[in-house]
Amino acid sequence: MSENALPSGQAIRPTNPLASRIGKILLYIALILLSAVTLVPFVWMLSSSLKLDREVFEFPIRWIPKTFHWENYSLIWTKAPMLMYFKNTAIVAICVTCIQTLTSSFAAYSFAKLEFKGRDTLFLCYIATIAVPWQAYMIPQFIEFRAIGLYDKLTAIMVLQAFSAFGVFLMRQFYRGIPTELCEAARIDGLSEYGIWARIMLPLSKAAIATLVIFTFIGTWNDYMGPMIYLTTESVKTIQVGLRRFIQENSSDYHLIMAASMVSLIPVSVVFLCLQRYFIEGIATSGLKG
Amino acid sequence: MSQYQLNAEAKRRRGSLERKKTLVALSFIAPNFIGFALFTLIPVIVAVFMSMTEWNGGSLSTMKWVGFQNYARIFEIPQRYIDRLEDPNIFAILGVFFEKVDIGIALKNTVTYTIITVPLTLVCSILLALVLNKAVKCAVAFRAILFFPYVSSTVAICVCWNFMMMKNGPINQLLMFFGSTFNKTWTADSNMAIWAVIIVSVWKSMGYYMVIYLAALQGIPRELYEAATVDGANKRQQFFHITLPQLSPTTFFVSVMLVIGCFKVYDTVALMTGGGPGRATKMLVTYTIDEFNAFKYGSACAIAMVLLVLVLTVTIIQFRMEKKFSAD
Repeated sequence: MSENALPSGQAIRPTNPLASRIGKILLYIALILLSAVTLVPFVWMLSSSLKLDREVFEFPIRWIPKTFHWENYSLIWTKAPMLMYFKNTAIVAICVTCIQTLTSSFAAYSFAKLEFKGRDTLFLCYIATIAVPWQAYMIPQFIEFRAIGLYDKLTAIMVLQAFSAFGVFLMRQFYRGIPTELCEAARIDGLSEYGIWARIMLPLSKAAIATLVIFTFIGTWNDYMGPMIYLTTESVKTIQVGLRRFIQENSSDYHLIMAASMVSLIPVSVVFLCLQRYFIEGIATSGLKG
Repeated sequence: MSQYQLNAEAKRRRGSLERKKTLVALSFIAPNFIGFALFTLIPVIVAVFMSMTEWNGGSLSTMKWVGFQNYARIFEIPQRYIDRLEDPNIFAILGVFFEKVDIGIALKNTVTYTIITVPLTLVCSILLALVLNKAVKCAVAFRAILFFPYVSSTVAICVCWNFMMMKNGPINQLLMFFGSTFNKTWTADSNMAIWAVIIVSVWKSMGYYMVIYLAALQGIPRELYEAATVDGANKRQQFFHITLPQLSPTTFFVSVMLVIGCFKVYDTVALMTGGGPGRATKMLVTYTIDEFNAFKYGSACAIAMVLLVLVLTVTIIQFRMEKKFSAD
């Protein structure tokens, strides 16, 4: 390392108040610019959704529409069964989230705190499949689902998402951090293993459960590929494939497509804004699922 | 005698206790494991075998074992292309493979996409994390904004970006303002289509990796910087000699995640370009789905196996390297 960059006296200069203030201001300007760039597509989506279809590609772009065409937002519901798409997606997302959280925390307790022969081998099995991309085995899975009559049923999407190894892995990592002495004390007090899971582990793992719930909910809500492969009937479509169909059928109604896209983003945005702290902390600690 | 009986009794008891414990433990795992085994484990195993069969999805009896023929077929370079070559050396033949054969094109596009997307996302997410790490006020709000693209639905944002990148769309307008002469729909142009996909991918995922980097940045001991300041290192030196090396395990982890994610790319491509124009953005997964939709289940599985091999290779490298990292 070069030592001639700064005379050592200057190196520990006490922060110059003016310079540091300018630095701070520049920093915030940079942040605001970055955020603006990140949000531009959403702003454009919102602005286009309130325009007339020929105004969308006006030159130069007008960010605030001349007149706000709110009727676009009522029009989309008549053009496609959006409400049904929402209902279907909500059913799937809620069911998947419940099954996933319950079964994973259940299994994770066993993997983290109970001892039995073959535990580590079994767990390795789980972990190994996390590395296998879904695309590699989706075709046999599709055939299996079709054989047991799940094709074109909402249940297919539920089953598809609900038993991921990722949930078990996440919960196990968290449970391992809980002191085993707690479980042992409870065992001596006569609590069964099920009791320990319900009364000690579950209440202690609220943060991990919150993370898993949001991951699963948002993942299921936004899933496109699964429903695309499994669902063909209009009445069982989820919002993502429904929106895709809306786009294809009204391909030149740019304003309506943008309005429908805007609406499709609302549920996830609400969930994210309410629980974003858990979501972000969960990623920071587990750093998984790309 | 009685001693022996006692021992046996104790052993039996311990044995049955052990068995009971195992049963309880398994009962916890069962609900998840049954679903997991049925819908993940078995399909994974079947996929390997299916890639060696020929089947169009009709009745099971029409399924035919063909060994490695599917692989041979997808990797085959049609003779007419080789005949047309003036000098059929290995490079020329490889050239034909990556220009004309579906799997070659898919591999080339997937690797190109990966090579560009991974470093771009890395740089963007590190920069965002560095800036955000400095800000004290409103950090949570900025973090949420920068993260938001990651949680928004791919269908909605892809159609939005598609419109923005259309002829006379806002992006082309902006570029023309800065003197560009390009004014075509990005996804209809065979050179720009892949860039459209890359831009959207980077924009969507940088917030996610930023969060991982933020956590890593906060884990760097403050003393390191203090010591460096005392030694007279300036900010730039501190960045290159402390921050970056301290972040390297995270960078390694993030790159592996990104590479695997890029190999599996489908949604963004399918929704923006559909693999086109022509075959310009045909990826491995796009190719699998095309074959699947054409009811060629055997070769669809074979292509999926190529993807699997790629992903597993990266994972094994990660495992090896991780051991090295933790040994250091």
